[in-house]
This record gives sequence, C-alpha cells and structure tokens, in this order.
Amino acid sequence: MADVLHVVREAPRQYARIARLWVRSSLAYRASFAMLTLASLLLTFLDFVGLALMLNLIGDLDGFALWEIALLYGASGIGIGVADLLIGSVEQVGQHIRSGTLDAMMVRPVPLLVQVCADRFALRRLGRITQAVAVFAWGASSVDWSPSKVVVAVLMLVSAGAIFFALFVTFSCVQFWTHDASEFANAFTYGGNTMTQYPLSIFPSEVLKSLTFVIPVAFANWYPCLYLLDREDPFGMPGWFAVAPPFVGALMCVVAGLAWCTGVRRYTSTGS
Amino acid sequence: MLYVAIATRGFRRYSTYRAATLAGIFTNCVFGVIYSYAYLALWEQRPDAGGYDAVDAVTYVWIGQALLMTVALWGGGTTDDLAERVRTGDVAVDLYRPVGLVQWYLAADLGRATYHFLTRGLAPTVVGFFVFDIVLPGSAIAAVAFLVSLVLAVVTSFAIRFLVASSAFWLMDQSGVKMLSGLAAMFLSGMVLPLVIFPEPLRSIALSLPWASYLQTPADIWLGKRVGIDLLAGLGLQVVWIVLLLGICQVVVSAATRKVVVQGG
Repeated sequence: MADVLHVVREAPRQYARIARLWVRSSLAYRASFAMLTLASLLLTFLDFVGLALMLNLIGDLDGFALWEIALLYGASGIGIGVADLLIGSVEQVGQHIRSGTLDAMMVRPVPLLVQVCADRFALRRLGRITQAVAVFAWGASSVDWSPSKVVVAVLMLVSAGAIFFALFVTFSCVQFWTHDASEFANAFTYGGNTMTQYPLSIFPSEVLKSLTFVIPVAFANWYPCLYLLDREDPFGMPGWFAVAPPFVGALMCVVAGLAWCTGVRRYTSTGS
Repeated sequence: MLYVAIATRGFRRYSTYRAATLAGIFTNCVFGVIYSYAYLALWEQRPDAGGYDAVDAVTYVWIGQALLMTVALWGGGTTDDLAERVRTGDVAVDLYRPVGLVQWYLAADLGRATYHFLTRGLAPTVVGFFVFDIVLPGSAIAAVAFLVSLVLAVVTSFAIRFLVASSAFWLMDQSGVKMLSGLAAMFLSGMVLPLVIFPEPLRSIALSLPWASYLQTPADIWLGKRVGIDLLAGLGLQVVWIVLLLGICQVVVSAATRKVVVQGG
C-alpha cells in the first residue's frame, strides 16, 4: 500500500520533468510552434463559428439560444482540452508498440502510463483550452448564478476533464490488441466532444440513453448545464444527475485504470 | 506507364493498414450520424435553407464523410512524406529522379486517393444509404460529373498540400502551416457547415475559392443542384484553380531546388 502511495505521489513530478523536455524541444521550431498554437486556438473556434452561423439562420436550436449552446460547448471543450493537454499523447500507444519504444519505457523506473502520457507533451494545446474558456465565460455571463450553481459548475468542469481523461485512456487500450486502429478512439473522444456541443435533445432518446449509461459523456456537460440553465431534462431524467458527474468521472477513471492494466498485462513485445 | 506504377504503389502502401481503415470507417460513420441529427434539427426549423431540403442536407453530411479522407481534407497523404524527406534531406534523392517532383507525388497521391475512395468513401456512403435514406445522383450524367469533379477535387487538394509541404524547404518543418491550411480547408470547403447556407457575402467568396472544390462543388453535382451550364461552370472553376495552383507548385519547386543546392554546400 505504501508503495502505491509513493508511486502516486511521485507521478506528477516525473510527469512534469518529461513534459518540460518536450516543451523545450517544441520550441526548437519556433515558427511552427507559433502557428500550431494559433491553429489549435482557431481549430475549435471555427466549430463554434459554425454553430453561430447555424443559429444565425434559425435563431435557436431546439429551443436553445446561442449563449446556452456556448455554455454546453465551453464545458465540453474545457473538459476535452484539459484531458488532451495532459494525456492526449496516450493515443500514440500503438505507435510505441509498433516501433518498440514501449519496451524501452517499461524498463525505466517511471510508471508506464506517466511516460506514455507525457510523451510529446504539447503546450500548444493550451490554445484550445483558452478558446473554450472564452466561449464558456461568454455563455456563463448570461446565467442567473446562485451559490449552488457555482458549485455545480465547478464540479462539472473538473469532472468533464476526468471523463474525457478516462475516455482517452480506455479507448487507447484497444491498441494493445490492434496496433494501428488509433482512429477508433476518436469516435468516442472527439465524437463525444462533438455530440455534447449540441443540445442532446436533438438526438433520439436511444442516443441520449447510450450517452448516459454506456459512454456516460452526457455527464460532462449536459446534466449540469440543464441545472445551470434552470431547464427540465427533455427526456425526463432525474434532476440529481446534475451533481452526479464527480462520481461518474471517478468510476470512469477506475475503468480506464483497469483497461490499462489489462492491456499492459496482455502486451507482448513485437520482438524485433 | 511510370505514373501508373507510382500510383499503384501509393494504393498498396495505404491498403496495408486494414485495422486502421476499419477504425476510420467506424469513426466516419459516428460523425455522419452526429451531423445528420444536427442538420435535421436545423432543416426542421428552416426546411429550405440554402436551397436544400432535409434529405439533401443529410446526403451532404454523408458525402462529406466520404470525401474527408479521399481528398485528404485535413492534409496528409503523400505530401507528408515529401515534407519529412525535406527535413531529413532525403529529398535530394527525389530531385535526382528523371521525373518532376510534382508529377511523382501527384501520381502517388492519386493512388492513395483511389484507395481511400474505395474504402473510406464507399463504406460510409452505403451506411448513410441504409440508415438515413440518402439520395443517389439523379442521372448518369450527374454520377459521371460527380466522379470527374471528385478527381479535380483531389488534384486541387494535392496542389495545396504540396505547397504546404514545400514550406518545409524554408521552415524545416511543415506542421504549423499544415494545421493552418487544414483549418482553412475545413471551414471553406463546407465541412463545418455547407457553404450554401453561409450568409452573404461570405457565401459567394467561399464558393469562388479553391476549397469549395473539396466538397461543396462535388456535393452540389451529386445532389443535382448544378446542371447544364452551372455544372460546366463548376467544373470549369475547379480546372482554373488547378492550373493556377499547379503552376505555383512548379515555381516553388524551382525556387526550392536552388535553396537545396545552397543547403547541401
């Protein structure tokens, strides 16, 4: 037990040390770094411009005004942005398996997951978070705030990060079985992000149920936002779902941890 | 004949990764479903937006998913190899070849596009057809014209990607330019939202730029929104951009060649 605690306590420092190296290396190509940061900011912003153009045409989407969609969009964007910044590199695990670098990582005295996540740490991903925060702040300025809403909002943002964190890790584990299927995970991570940018009421109820009970990404923004916006759930889900995200996030992280351990145990080197 | 051989290698190279292809098709379908519902919600509130009806809009979504990889909308494809070879210096070998740099990579990219069209293009279209009842081209002319327009789209996209990769001759690394170019392509091709429902004057501007070639023009031909003189005008604009862009590619190559000589000492 003491060992486990020690590992957990050491991990952030080890992570930071590796991340710092990658930041320095990315600054070697300064023009690229500047453009990538700008692009990362604009990338997701154009998604929002798309939504704004849509709303410009129809006024509201299924009863949701643009500022309300901004809230949904911002919360989901912050969640995936933070997860992507910290551990987005886990998507590359198949690449490490194929090239054999995973073997080298295994013999180092730092937990494998920490190494894989910190690998190619890209500070430019802050661009995406900045943009999501700006959109969220704009939406939040129209919310009728109360102390309990502030608590729900804070829990939502932290949990959204945890939920996307777990999605990235869990679906990257698929690559322990099929080394070149990294895109499979995108359907759930970026797909989950794209879905939760819209009011989920535009989807059939089967989709909403799947996003609640199977891949519970609806907890990253939909249920807490309904509370912030004083709305009833159009599908009749209970109101206490608004405070469920921390538990969902924790549960998903446990599942992700188990998936990772199973994957690593199953891993046999390519042997070349 | 040589170019066919290069294209065949391009095709084979991409067909090696079967699991990756399946995973990609799955992802295309998931996004197809998401955007279909979003567009259905939009067209329910404005049933004639952009001159499309709801069925046209959903068809547009699935054509978009099918063309995403075929035209390499995000960048990538064989031009990534070029950029990498510029960075490592291997491009010197390419310049020795008795074939132009542009022609060589274009042939390989057409091979890649053929593979992506047959897998990541056809599969989502079939799924869209069965799940969302998308419409097929109304006439044989529309179907043939769509294919012609698609080839033109791939060449247009190639020319732009080639220019992006060439930036590595000066910057050593194409990744920043590539991502910015991908952004422009994403937005101005109509992938984020069909160009036809953009507000004026953004709509007219976007429709006259080369990126409209990637998705909006082929999709409009498929949907029968462009017939007769309109159809020819659409294809004509695609050709004009190709001539212009490939011309610039040649100029850049000759400028870059001089640069390589300087670097090589």
